[in-house]
Parts: sequence; C-alpha cells; structure tokens
Amino acid sequence: MKVELKNLTKIFPSRNKKVGGEVVAVNDFTFTIPDGKLVGLLGPSGCGKSTTLYMISGLQKPSSGQIFFGDEDVTELTPENRGIGLVFQNYALYPHMTVKQNILFPLQNLRGEDRMPKEEMLERAYRVAKLVQIDELMDRKPSELSGGQQQRVAIARALVKMPRVLLLDEPLSNLDARLRLQTREEIRRIQKETGITTIFVTHDQEEAMSISDVIVVMKLGVVQQTGKPQQIYDDPCNLFVAKFLGTPPINVFEGEVRAEKLYIGGAAVLDVPGVEDRAVYVGIRPEGFIPDANGGLRCEVSGVDVMGRDVSIVSRHGAMLTPSVRSIVDADYKLAEGQTEVAYALKPHKVFLFAKDTEERIYFGV
Amino acid sequence: MGEKIKSFFAGLWQNIRTFFKKRVWQGFCVNVLYKKFDRYKAWIYLLPAIVLLMIFTVWPIFNTVRMSLLEGYTSMKAVRGVEFELGIGNFTRVLKYKGFINCLKNTVLLTVLTVPISTFLALLIAVCLNSIKWFSRALQTIFFLPYVTNSIAIGMVFAAMFNMILGGGVRPDFVGVVNIVIEAFGGDYINWMNAGSEYWANIVVMTVYIVWNALPFKILILLGGLQSVNKQYYEAAKVDATPRWRVFTRITIPLLSPMLAYVIITGFIGGFKEYSSIVGVFGESMGPAGNHYALDTMVGFIYRAIGNQEGTASAAALILFAIILVVTMINLYVSKKKTHY
Repeated sequence: MKVELKNLTKIFPSRNKKVGGEVVAVNDFTFTIPDGKLVGLLGPSGCGKSTTLYMISGLQKPSSGQIFFGDEDVTELTPENRGIGLVFQNYALYPHMTVKQNILFPLQNLRGEDRMPKEEMLERAYRVAKLVQIDELMDRKPSELSGGQQQRVAIARALVKMPRVLLLDEPLSNLDARLRLQTREEIRRIQKETGITTIFVTHDQEEAMSISDVIVVMKLGVVQQTGKPQQIYDDPCNLFVAKFLGTPPINVFEGEVRAEKLYIGGAAVLDVPGVEDRAVYVGIRPEGFIPDANGGLRCEVSGVDVMGRDVSIVSRHGAMLTPSVRSIVDADYKLAEGQTEVAYALKPHKVFLFAKDTEERIYFGV
Repeated sequence: MGEKIKSFFAGLWQNIRTFFKKRVWQGFCVNVLYKKFDRYKAWIYLLPAIVLLMIFTVWPIFNTVRMSLLEGYTSMKAVRGVEFELGIGNFTRVLKYKGFINCLKNTVLLTVLTVPISTFLALLIAVCLNSIKWFSRALQTIFFLPYVTNSIAIGMVFAAMFNMILGGGVRPDFVGVVNIVIEAFGGDYINWMNAGSEYWANIVVMTVYIVWNALPFKILILLGGLQSVNKQYYEAAKVDATPRWRVFTRITIPLLSPMLAYVIITGFIGGFKEYSSIVGVFGESMGPAGNHYALDTMVGFIYRAIGNQEGTASAAALILFAIILVVTMINLYVSKKKTHY
C-alpha cells in the first residue's frame, strides 16, 4: 500500500493562551512512501517525527493537509478504519492478558463479515507468532518476557489483522545495544517477508541507515531530505543532515573559498572548481582524510583509537567547529613515535561545503 | 582515730578515682552499654508504639477472648470478686438469643445489598468523572462531601427526607421529599420509617443511606486507579477497533481490579460493622416507633451488651470477627484468581 502525505501540517495550540505562540510540530510535509518499503523517519527529539507517525495512524488529526493510502483519502478516517498496525514505543501490551490473548485481541474485535471462526483466529495468531518467533511463549504474561520478546509480541499484535500499513514508534529504544542490533535485523526480515509498507520513527541515525529502504530526515517539523540511506550520507543537502548522519560524525571546519581553492585555517586544502569566493562551513567525513606529508590540512594529534579493521586518529585544528577532528584511516598507516602533527590530503567527494548563512550545500565540480 | 578515718576515706576516694579513670571502665561503657544499646536500638525506637499497641489493641483483644470464655462474666460481678468458671456458655447464649438472629439477618442483608450497589455506582461515577473534562474538579468535590460529613447529621437529613407524618406532630402537613417525588410521578405515599412502616421500606431507606455514605471513598479509590491506567492501552485498543464495551470489560476492569478488590473487601468489612448509620436514621431504638430493634445489627447487639453482660458481648464480638474473617478470606481467594496486579 502506497502512502502519500500531502502538505501535512500539525499545529499544537499554545498551552498558555495569554502568552500565545503555537507550536508547529510538522510543517508542510509532502512525501510518497512507495508500496512495500521500509521507511525511517529520522530526526532529533522534538522534530515532529512521532507526530507524523500518529497522524498517519489517525490518533492525531492533522491541522491541514491530506493522507492517502493508495488512492483512498484517509485523512478523515478514525484509526480503527484505516487498517493500520501500530507498535507503541513502550509496546502497550495488555499486562493482564497472555501473549496469545494479546495477539488474538485485535481479531476478536472484528465484527460482522470480517469476524472469523475461532480456529481461524488461533491459526492466524500462531502463524504471526511464528513469523516473529514467539510461538513458544504464547501462554506467558508480558511481565514474564524480556524487552525483545515484548517487542515481538507488540509487532505480532500489530500484524495479526494484516494491516495495510505498519507503524513503529521508536521500536528499538527500549532495548539494550545487543538486542537492538538483533531486533532491527528481525524487523527488516519481518517486513521483507510480509511486504507490508512499514514506517518507523527513530532518533538513531545508525538504526535508520541500517534497515531502511528510504529515510526521511526531519528537523523542527520540516523535512530536510529524503532518499536512500547511502545517497543521503554521500550527498547531504545541508549542514544539519550532514551532521546528523554518520558515526563517527562528520568534522566541521570554518573555511574560505578564494580563487576556486578551499582554505582551512589559512592553508589551501582542496580545489573547488566553480565556487565563487566566500566564507563557508566545510564538512569532511572521517573517511575523507588521506594522511599525506604534503597535505594542506595540518592537525595536532591528540590520540589514536585502534578499532581493529581501521584506525581513528583524533586531532585538533584551529578552525574546527566540532570538539575534535576524527579521521578514519587504513590500519596499515602508523603514526611515527612522538609525532605531534599529522597532515592530510582530502578526498573531494567526502568534502561538503555549506553556505555560512543558510547552511545549505554549495556544490563544486569534482 | 580521726586521722585513720580520714586516710581511709582518702584512700577510698583515690581508689574510686583510679577505677573510673581505668580503661576497664571505659571498656565497660563502650562494649557493654553501647553495643547492647546497638542491639536493642530498634526495639527502643519501637517502644512507644509497642506500649500503646499493647495497651489499646493487644490487651483488649486478649481480654475479649478471656471474658468470652468465662461463664456469665459481667464487670459488676468481677468487681465484687466473683470467681467465674471456664466454658463456652457465652457463645451458646448469644447463638440462642432470638434478637441475635435478627441482628445477623439485618447485618448480612444490608451488607449484601449495599456493597454491590455502591461498588457498581462508584465505578460508574468514577468512569464518568474520569472521562469528562469540565467541572470534574467541582463534581469530585461534591461527590466527596458525604465523606467529610458527620454520619449522624446525614442520618438526620435522611430521616427528614423519608419522613411521613400526616395529621400529627408540629407540622401535620409535612411529608418527606421522597414521598413528594413519588407523588409527582403519580404514586402513593409510602410509609418509609414512621410507626407502622414495613420492614422492606426500612431496609430500602438504610440501603440508600449506606450506599450514599459509602460512595465517596470508593469513587476516590477507583478514580485514582482509573487515572493511573496508561493511556496507551486505550490508544492501542482504539487502533485495534475495540468496541467501547469491550474496552471497558477487557481493559479497564482488569486494570482496575486491584482497586476494585480493595474497595469490595473493605466494603464487606465495613458492612458487617454497620451500626452508626442506623442510629443516625432511626435513633437508638434502631427501628421505627413501635417496632424497636427491627433493624438491630451485630455491633448494636454488642454495644448494648457492654455494661451488663460483658461475657456475652465478647462472645458476640468474636463471632462477628469470625464471620468477617471467613468472608474476607473468601474475598481474598476470589480476588486472587480474578485480580491482575
């Protein structure tokens, strides 16, 4: 089921009427989620991603704009008539029911034509339980399950009535690091197997990058960029997106373009053809540094992190805007004993320029 | 001679001084006194409470059991130094006593009537209060008023509401509000509680009064329970297209069950101890004029036996205790099966 959002806007009225000042949680969100894809809504807290999800679910009404499931306008439909499955951040499993009863609950709610015989309900419950691999826990209460298992039960409950769209609100935030890795693969697998269009919300860019087909980066209610994870990583449209994606995060410097050359801290570091003279922010991905004795960017070494496969050099530079400069270089590269300065050449496609005023990307020919 | 005595005392004083200076004494202070104190510290802190509990709770309970097992015990005889024999005569006397069966019947009837009605109404009102937004504070206050009002005062107001004195008294035309309402709906006056009134009418009056009096506490507890239910359960139910009634029976009630169990159990215990409400409405005669003690209860029976037949009163109190114990055990057993914590 294709999900289409058209100029979706949500404005929360101010709590204190005298002071005024309403909050625009989501501002003019237009996006089409292709059928059968896994989409991650990504942004820092308070960026409106959960509000967007709840508007798609119908639990919150948009202030303006429209939502389409396929060709059907569902903007005015109540949640129960939209055919969605929703997994809450803290799962909201009914604590007094067993896993089986929890999964059966949505089916037992069906009335009239949709009502199915008991055996079929049970069969469907077991099928979906098997899909999320909890079929052996059916007679337990939620309190007797681990966080990851509860998560699966919540997904099973959302899936059992075959929703047109599956919505997940911060699905991994309540899990520990190990389980998070495992569960996100699970979500990917379940989504692939069912083929249900799935939208999930997260503030963890790694999570979004690793499993989404498409990610939507949001900031303060405004969509910044949409696209495939790798594409956004390689080609961020503004400084916010560049900073938000990637671990370790991108390094940002004050820079200046003069005569189609980029200067950082007074030294020319890169040719930037086609850019007029101006002051810029320079974003350099950690993997964009090449240790080179003749390189223009000279940094003061403050530490080295060895991570097995590769080496991360932590250094300082006078023009940096991030707390430190972190580069990832090949493990074969070794700093000399007592070396206090490292010089880098830069990979042009890992260097992004942003306008100082708008923080928008400035493209240069490579 | 004088010198000798003087030097003796001087020597003694010296000895005493060295003794107190010695480490032995210090060691005694630290090791014995302080460590002993440490060991019994908790007990010493608890002492005031324990003493009061002993005097006002443990001793009376013990004394009640003692008195109930002494044949024909009365305080008057005890003061005169009469010796009592051990036996269960007090218990058999209570059980054989005609009025006691009436007390038991009234107590059980009122409890069985009022606990379900008041619990159901309290649940209904709590759910309504929880779902409305306007005036909910004001309404909560109004519903809570009976709780802070004197039950005798409320009883007098109820007595006036249900009164029916026609052709007599200071105001021959005065009829209680209830009968005026009944008349407005085209019914006949009912003699609720005056001379010649019927038993069922008296019970209705008492049921209405007790239910009304019991509501605020129950509403308070249930409303608190409702407000602590996570709203996401309702959102989840909404997404799953759960019909309203099903949300109530399958989600609200189970999540509220600990509070419901508490309210029902305390309701039963309170019901078996019913006394002041009946005195409040019917006065100390505990019944309409000409039919005294028609609405007598267990506590009423015990209360009147104190002062002339303490043995009998004690036996009745223990019987009441046994009944409450059994009923509460049943309650707990049932709630354990039905309650989700």
